[in-house]
Amino acid sequence: MTRQQFDKQLREMQDEVLILSSMVEKAIQRSVESLRTRDIALSNTVIEDDLAINKKRYEIEEKCIHTIALQQPMAADLRVLVAVLFIVTELERMADHAEGIGRINLMLGEEPLPAQLGQIWEMGERASDMLQRAITAFIDRDAQAARAICDEDDVVDGLYDSAYDALIHMMIDEPKDVQRITYLIWTSHNLERIADRVTNICERVIFMVTGVLEEINVSRY
Amino acid sequence: MAGDSPLRTPPKVAAPVVRPRARGAAAGAVSTDVRIRAEHVSVSYGDRRAIEDVTIDIHDRAVTAIIGPSGCGKSTLLRAFNRMNDLIPSARSTGRVEMDGVDVLGRNIDIVRLRRRVGMVFQKPNAFPMSIYENIAYGPRQHGQKRRARLDEIVESTLRRAALWDDVDDRLGASAVGLSGGQQQRLCIARALAVEPHVLLMDEPCSALDPIATLKIEDLMRDLARELTIVIVTHNMQQAARVSDYTAFMLAGEERIGRLVEFGLTDVLYTTPSDARTEEYITGRFG
Repeated sequence: MTRQQFDKQLREMQDEVLILSSMVEKAIQRSVESLRTRDIALSNTVIEDDLAINKKRYEIEEKCIHTIALQQPMAADLRVLVAVLFIVTELERMADHAEGIGRINLMLGEEPLPAQLGQIWEMGERASDMLQRAITAFIDRDAQAARAICDEDDVVDGLYDSAYDALIHMMIDEPKDVQRITYLIWTSHNLERIADRVTNICERVIFMVTGVLEEINVSRY
Repeated sequence: MAGDSPLRTPPKVAAPVVRPRARGAAAGAVSTDVRIRAEHVSVSYGDRRAIEDVTIDIHDRAVTAIIGPSGCGKSTLLRAFNRMNDLIPSARSTGRVEMDGVDVLGRNIDIVRLRRRVGMVFQKPNAFPMSIYENIAYGPRQHGQKRRARLDEIVESTLRRAALWDDVDDRLGASAVGLSGGQQQRLCIARALAVEPHVLLMDEPCSALDPIATLKIEDLMRDLARELTIVIVTHNMQQAARVSDYTAFMLAGEERIGRLVEFGLTDVLYTTPSDARTEEYITGRFG
């Protein structure tokens, strides 16, 4: 076995992706929780923590570029590093969506939320769970698991459609709440996009394992 | 009705889209015409088998790189293509190396004519101790060209093809050994081109050169591959990846007999090799 140093760098890179993904997963969960409980302090924490996520993403990207330049990886090694570059970008953008939800909570003001938002809370749980399993598929080099997670995006899309319909009806019933409900439509859209980005991550996992770039479950929005 | 909303879900995309695998710089233009077809080629030096049962197609107007660890038989295979192994008294070749319908390993082959059609460039530049002009004119003279005007034309055109003309046009009478290493190697390529070969074999042509001279030779190889068949043996995997259209990976097992492990388009072999041994070698896990 040669290239021990390079193998160590690859393992460290993988660990860094795990750290970043757990930061993003926490941001998604906290953003939805802060909205559900109208916890302004928690929303502010999500917004502040986004800076650390951005920083971590650039650190990983820089390490990746250095490794490519200095180690000149080939074949599976190169695919891992290319996948990491894409995955960290997707993770960082997912955290931006979570930050957006945090800001929406601030914009919603003091009034309580309309009652029926079950689809939104479920979207948050599913998107967060999909992300965790997508990163596990990345660590395990499991293309089959990644493909299955892509299929789950349909469920989140269905919840989005359902949430959208419910919110439009609320607007019709309570025209004075149009602005607040528009914020909630943005929230559901952010969560739908997070699930789409999980699909993008899964596509990169499949590429990393098989070497084939496939576009799976094309986004409908 | 909510179902009439412009943001409603559009029809689902039916099937996954599989993008065609990206190709390298020569995407879509890689020749598939076969110039040399080696079938079940084995070469032995005395009792020792160097390569065994190698079957490979060398494509016309393309660069084929042969890579592999030291002692895997890369150079032995290369030398089988123009019978250079014959220069080693104990060497014995079996199998078939077909070029233009003729088995070049056959008994009745005119070796001089074969080597005119299959030129060779070696690891160290071996400029003859004579003028630059005479280095180029030597081959055509040996093959019967006596007219000075024609020789002048050949010298200029081959030096231009080898990207050396602008460096030496004002000192054609100067000694070739005064040229730099990179220039001498390009002179050797020009000398090989002067007899109008169909195939150019290159055995580690850049291993004695600095990086700039190496890149010039690599550019030259890409230019020449538009009209010639080039086979290069190299230890430098990055070089093989940069210059070749096809790559062959050879490996010798514990019994030290070289065999062809994998052959294919370079961009496929370097990104998604099908044999685990190729993957291990090109990712630097052994070799």
